[in-house]
Amino acid sequence: MAPFSRGFRGRPRRDVDPARVPPGQYVVEDFPVLSAGPTPRTPLDEWSFTVDGAVGEPVSWPWSEFVALPSETFTVDIHCVTKWSKLGTAWTGVSLDTLLQDVEIKADYVTAWCDGGYTTNLPLRDLTTGQAWVAYTFDGAPLEPEHGGPARLLVPHLYFWKSAKWVRGLTFTAEDEPGFWESAGYHNRGDPWKEQRYWND
Amino acid sequence: MERTALLERLTPTRAAIVWHTASVGGIVPEGARARTIVLDVPGWPGHVAGQHVDLRLTAEDGYQAQRSYSIASAPENPQLELTIERFDDGEVSPYLTDELREGDEFEVRGPVGGHFTWRVEDGGPLLLIAAGSGFVPLMSMLRHRAARESTVDARLLLSARSLEDVLYRDELSRRSEEPGLEVRITLTRVRPTGWTGFDRRLDADMLLALGPDVSEHPRIFVCGPTAFVEHAADLLVELGHRPGAIHAERFGPTGA
Repeated sequence: MAPFSRGFRGRPRRDVDPARVPPGQYVVEDFPVLSAGPTPRTPLDEWSFTVDGAVGEPVSWPWSEFVALPSETFTVDIHCVTKWSKLGTAWTGVSLDTLLQDVEIKADYVTAWCDGGYTTNLPLRDLTTGQAWVAYTFDGAPLEPEHGGPARLLVPHLYFWKSAKWVRGLTFTAEDEPGFWESAGYHNRGDPWKEQRYWND
Repeated sequence: MERTALLERLTPTRAAIVWHTASVGGIVPEGARARTIVLDVPGWPGHVAGQHVDLRLTAEDGYQAQRSYSIASAPENPQLELTIERFDDGEVSPYLTDELREGDEFEVRGPVGGHFTWRVEDGGPLLLIAAGSGFVPLMSMLRHRAARESTVDARLLLSARSLEDVLYRDELSRRSEEPGLEVRITLTRVRPTGWTGFDRRLDADMLLALGPDVSEHPRIFVCGPTAFVEHAADLLVELGHRPGAIHAERFGPTGA
């Protein structure tokens, strides 16, 4: 049983539907930035997106081909493990269902890898059936570098560290291989509705 | 290559991260907008300088609010110290800076974060760059360095609006006498008469004046508001520092 904090009277926001806010989160209006190092800046003519690892044939799209793929514009709530949630964020990107439709997949796990060296791991089942995108616009404008531009992974049903900024590819692996934060004490899956923040949650 | 290097640097944190009851053993004002809360936390597993904790408040009606705060104290200190800056529109920080008294209780869990950390064993030189309350985790590193009587080359560049906004001012002027530690402050808005420190927004000349040189491969820690950290990290990369050596922690005014 938690101790009471004498004199603390919270004031949860009245204008927010509590059903949209996972446990331990609070809603912000701005868009905080969290990343562990400098913001990488890769020129678009050197950018490509690659799917490789345990697949039949690796595939790679340069920027011009990537943005010509069928895209979706969608609005989702996002939840950062550092406690903020931002509701109703609007993005445009390519669904992973689209990216993977012609790929012969031979493994159940994925490592997303990025410019700057960041990685995060996900099971394939968290990436398909309309659950994940590689997004390149936010609020109708090209995604800013500090928010992960030119393109970031977007997996809004998991904590936002899974939505890797500056993503450049997905590598399929037979084993589940913990990524950057997953190796540093954070939860392997990160479901905000189960408050899976740290490895033992 | 970069990816492997990053993974090698990580030290997995594998103590279970569970809630502990913390009781307030003391409160120290830190300038006009912040205070340090000294906590007794029975069962606290210890931390590494640079890590943070989750803090949870529980109102009498059961309502709970959580936030993350950097640890200010050295790992060698048996008490856990958090320095909280007041965000006027916040839900939690005004309670912690205005209402909280000695003997009050709340919960903490952690330590959290295995990347923005430094131990004496990691070696130096150390280049610390902070703005505002971004100084907190870096102060933990300096306190750790002092507690271990380390003389590793350490340089601190601190950006503040005014001298009154510099956290731990007295301790900092004491520490600046420590062997191997160089402290430089830039005051960006208000400067006292006769101020001889830097007097402008962080720039490349400041970093060059402070050193160490790129060839010495310093371990770099940058902490502060997002715009400051973006600017500092960009300058460091332009000066030739290896991106993988630049550890950054950003925070924004997010209604904390």
